[in-house]
Amino acid sequence: MNMMTEAETKMAGETDSKPLNKKMQGEKVNVHYGDKQALFDVDLDIYENQVTALIGPSGCGKSTFIRCLNRMNDTIDICRVSGEITLDNRDIYDPDIDVVDLRARVGMVFQKPNPFPKSIFENVAYGPRIHGLSRNKTELEEIVVTSLQKAGLYEEVKDRLHEAGTGLSGGQQQRLCIARAIAVSPEVILMDEPCSALDPIATARVEELIDELRENYTIVIVTHSMQQAARVSQRTAMFHLGYLVEVDETDTIFTNPNNPKTQDYITGRYG
Amino acid sequence: MMTDHTVTAFDDDLKSITAGVNEMGGYAESMVGQAVTALIRGDLSLAQAVVAEDVALDAMQYKLDEQIVLTIAKRQPMALDLRELIGALRMANDLERTGDMAKNIAKRTKDVVDFAHPKPLLRGLEHLSSLAQTQLRDVLDAYVNKDIAQARKVLEDDDEIDQVYTSLFRELLTYMMEDPRNISFCTNLLFCAKNIERVGDHATNIAETILYIVTGEAEPSMHGTRTL
Repeated sequence: MNMMTEAETKMAGETDSKPLNKKMQGEKVNVHYGDKQALFDVDLDIYENQVTALIGPSGCGKSTFIRCLNRMNDTIDICRVSGEITLDNRDIYDPDIDVVDLRARVGMVFQKPNPFPKSIFENVAYGPRIHGLSRNKTELEEIVVTSLQKAGLYEEVKDRLHEAGTGLSGGQQQRLCIARAIAVSPEVILMDEPCSALDPIATARVEELIDELRENYTIVIVTHSMQQAARVSQRTAMFHLGYLVEVDETDTIFTNPNNPKTQDYITGRYG
Repeated sequence: MMTDHTVTAFDDDLKSITAGVNEMGGYAESMVGQAVTALIRGDLSLAQAVVAEDVALDAMQYKLDEQIVLTIAKRQPMALDLRELIGALRMANDLERTGDMAKNIAKRTKDVVDFAHPKPLLRGLEHLSSLAQTQLRDVLDAYVNKDIAQARKVLEDDDEIDQVYTSLFRELLTYMMEDPRNISFCTNLLFCAKNIERVGDHATNIAETILYIVTGEAEPSMHGTRTL
């Protein structure tokens, strides 16, 4: 049973002047971990050049859903995904799809900054190198610098590119991870609670970055901070107990949500 | 009925703010009643009391505003809670203005006390005032019960106040034309009538705020466009 009725769903493009392109589409997505079902018939579209926030209490399935979008769940043996998820109208669970290539197109940034135990330069250069995105050292350096610039980190690290990435502050490490994700020219960036380990200033930097990145990328973010979802996203999807409860424009969700469950959750009434 | 917040102190904050709005409402309502009574009876000490009460009402608004701002800063409210707090802020403003109207009426008491009052005029003013007070009472009840049907009724009933005001205006004009010696007295009464009519407008503002709090939709105001 899908708990979302048609009346509760509004297309994100409805009020905007130009119609938005559906970058990714999830249809009847069901996920099982062994015998336990974690997602139930989730229909959720991700629009191009928008930030879509996934919210909901712990265990609601939002992280499970975001991990389906670049098949991170493949790494869990007991995890079974059914239904259809497409990227530019192509089923990403098609056996012909190269998962490594998919993950380059749909990059991911995790909750805890996880730079490789290598230099700042190598952290960013690793992806483009294994994906063969540069023909020579100069091109590779260019990619590294541009990626660090886009991630808003370059100015802070330009004099110590060959020092260890793990020596940076938490906020800088997270922006390094974002630079690493950007380096392989992804189309979609998934962020699973990217700021939960950061202080308010580092959080503000990352949020500012998310807003800038939206110009060129499609972003999906899982967050436990309602204020963050309200600030950075254009659409918000509310999950509860594995169901998609409501999805709407962010402004509507945080001022006048349709579903009582959403209202309870975002106003801090959820037990 | 909404369930309680996980952080119960937030519920206490909201309850205290709602109580503050109600307190201001009760105060403003009684001030309007007293001001009109003072005017009609020529009771200068009652008029003086109303002027003093306005200072207290202003202080209540100041305190309530601070409490609301602090709650927004502390709790970062969303959805219904956010609308509730923004609504309280608006209502506090309307109620403070209502108190100002009462004070204005009270202040005119000394200017009309020496005149022989034509009875029908005062009855008209009394009628206008009782309509406005009823509106204020009804809208405050609608706020307590979050009753949107009653809030909508307040919006509709404002027409009657406008009509009574218009007829009173004509009546005063007639008196002024009949005898220029009436002009000073009638002008004072006209200002008072206008102030009472404004009280009705503040009641409709509050009704619109209640609709916003409950439904989340700002209904475009028809007020002022119906009886031009």
